[in-house]
Amino acid sequence: MKDTTQNSASSPVIEARNLQLVFSTNDGPVQALKDVNLTINKGDFVSFIGPSGCGKTTFLRAIAALEHPTGGTLTVNGMTPDEARRKRAYGYVFQAAGLYPWRTIAGNIRLPLEIMGFSKADQDARIARVLELVELSGFGKKFPWQLSGGMQQRASIARALAFDADILLMDEPFGALDEIVRDRLNEEVLKLWARTGKTIGFVTHSIPEAVYLSTKIVVMSPRPGRITDVIDSPLPKERPLDIRDSKEFIEISHRVREGLRAGHSDE
Amino acid sequence: MSRILPIVTVLLVIVCLWYVAAVKLNAAWVYDQAARAETPAPGFSELVGLTMNQERPVLPTPHQVGVELVKSTLGMQVSSKKSLVYHGWVTISATLLGFLIGTTAGILLAVGIIHNKAMDLSVMPWAIASQTIPILAIAPMIIVVLNSMGIQGLIPKAIISAFLSFFPVLVGMVKGLRSPDQMQLDLLATYSASKAQTFWKLRLPSSMPYLFTSLKVGIAASLVGAIVGELPTGAVAGLGARLLSGSYYGQTVQIWAALFAAALVAAALVAIVGLIEKRTLKRMGMAR
Ligand SMILES: Nc1ncnc2c1ncn2[C@@H]1O[C@H](COP(=O)(O)OP(=O)(O)OP(=O)(O)O)[C@@H](O)[C@H]1O
Ligand SMILES: [Mg+2]
Repeated sequence: MKDTTQNSASSPVIEARNLQLVFSTNDGPVQALKDVNLTINKGDFVSFIGPSGCGKTTFLRAIAALEHPTGGTLTVNGMTPDEARRKRAYGYVFQAAGLYPWRTIAGNIRLPLEIMGFSKADQDARIARVLELVELSGFGKKFPWQLSGGMQQRASIARALAFDADILLMDEPFGALDEIVRDRLNEEVLKLWARTGKTIGFVTHSIPEAVYLSTKIVVMSPRPGRITDVIDSPLPKERPLDIRDSKEFIEISHRVREGLRAGHSDE
Repeated sequence: MSRILPIVTVLLVIVCLWYVAAVKLNAAWVYDQAARAETPAPGFSELVGLTMNQERPVLPTPHQVGVELVKSTLGMQVSSKKSLVYHGWVTISATLLGFLIGTTAGILLAVGIIHNKAMDLSVMPWAIASQTIPILAIAPMIIVVLNSMGIQGLIPKAIISAFLSFFPVLVGMVKGLRSPDQMQLDLLATYSASKAQTFWKLRLPSSMPYLFTSLKVGIAASLVGAIVGELPTGAVAGLGARLLSGSYYGQTVQIWAALFAAALVAAALVAIVGLIEKRTLKRMGMAR
């Protein structure tokens, strides 16, 4: 409880006001986001959940300046997303790890550091630190194909952490993994979040995953993509896996499910 | 061993068919001789003997070609004008220079096509059109034009061979440089990577398997180009010259020996590129 109140008192990192995003396609315009209003504060762990096509990915990509809104305002650290990107405000983790097969794990983590012009010694220090953070120390010299899918995804998180962005955006990072691996990675992500104090945006299809991880759950619905509910989680920051059997957890899960159902019956 | 057996079997079948064809095709000359000498036509076993070692057979037998190959490579001074090593080297040097020019041109054009919308729209149609022109028609023109500018010898042949080899490299490299998917490009965009960084760190390494595949096609095409380039020069030196002088004087054995030499050179060049491919991809961690 204490954590959430403290978080909401701190400064907004991402702010969307009446955000619109329309794709013009060959079959006419597609409204991917409509009137999206959301404030994400420093240190928040925000999950986006909703049926396929409701604009979760589009919203995350807009924050990362990979898509450009057609209306409303969107600021990241008080800047436009483009400016924020140039200031290295965020790291982005895609659904697939997307490691370069011709680079070792350490080489893959080195990629953003090379592009951003860090010194060689600094690069090495950072690689060692993030490898330790995702519990892959000792795997730096391995090539991606020598690692399991879960380890590859952890390496890709390390890559996004290496240049010390304050915001970590993750689009279904564990979507392709089995549930047991997923549980463990979720625990690790929580630990990582606690240790680094980053602001995290996390897209998922799984209600338990969203409730387990987040301080704030954003429920979205499709056609047009919009936010139907924003739930501030009362769960403590410290979350063992068995918190998922607690009364609060089940209550929040229920509210998320209701929100998803309401979005559907709107049509 | 299990790989060698099928190859040897196929080879044996081909050699047998070749002997049969040689007897059939060379028989006409034997009958002709018999008719002229007004002796009775020879029986089958005699006929076979008479078709095996003719001086100007329609189709030389495998052992004739083999003997000629050995004689004209190992059996004489390398500097001799009859040595296939000498002629082979003349052709190989033009092939390698042409391959270098063609590969460079192909890669540069591909880089241009990737980065420039106007080039993307304009270069490809011309490149394709260039390959529809029969090389035999354009080769003499290139030789004549360059000759009038005082350029002779190696360069004109190399240019013809470059003309044939740039195309597979161009097509392969355009495909290779475009092979990174949207997600990988988006990832670099989140780092605000420049176009140059995207090229060196993502596009170029991704294109390597494509590049080597087209290099193998390209070097074989280079060899064809160099040989074709030797035909209109009046048959001075090179495997092409051997083919041409062989056909002037009806030396079919010489023609076939030169043909086989060309095939062996092609196989060797492709194998060398393949070896470099294996080494490179292994060092890049892309071959398991
Ligand atoms: N580049 C694009 N061009 C045109 N339409 C697009 C594009 N990207 C997304 N859309 C459309 O925008 C809508 C939202 O897509 P988005 O990918 O954001 O959904 P999502 O919530 O991430 O879905 P999922 O859960 O399946 O990943 C969809 O209707 C989709 O068809
Ligand atoms: Mg999505």
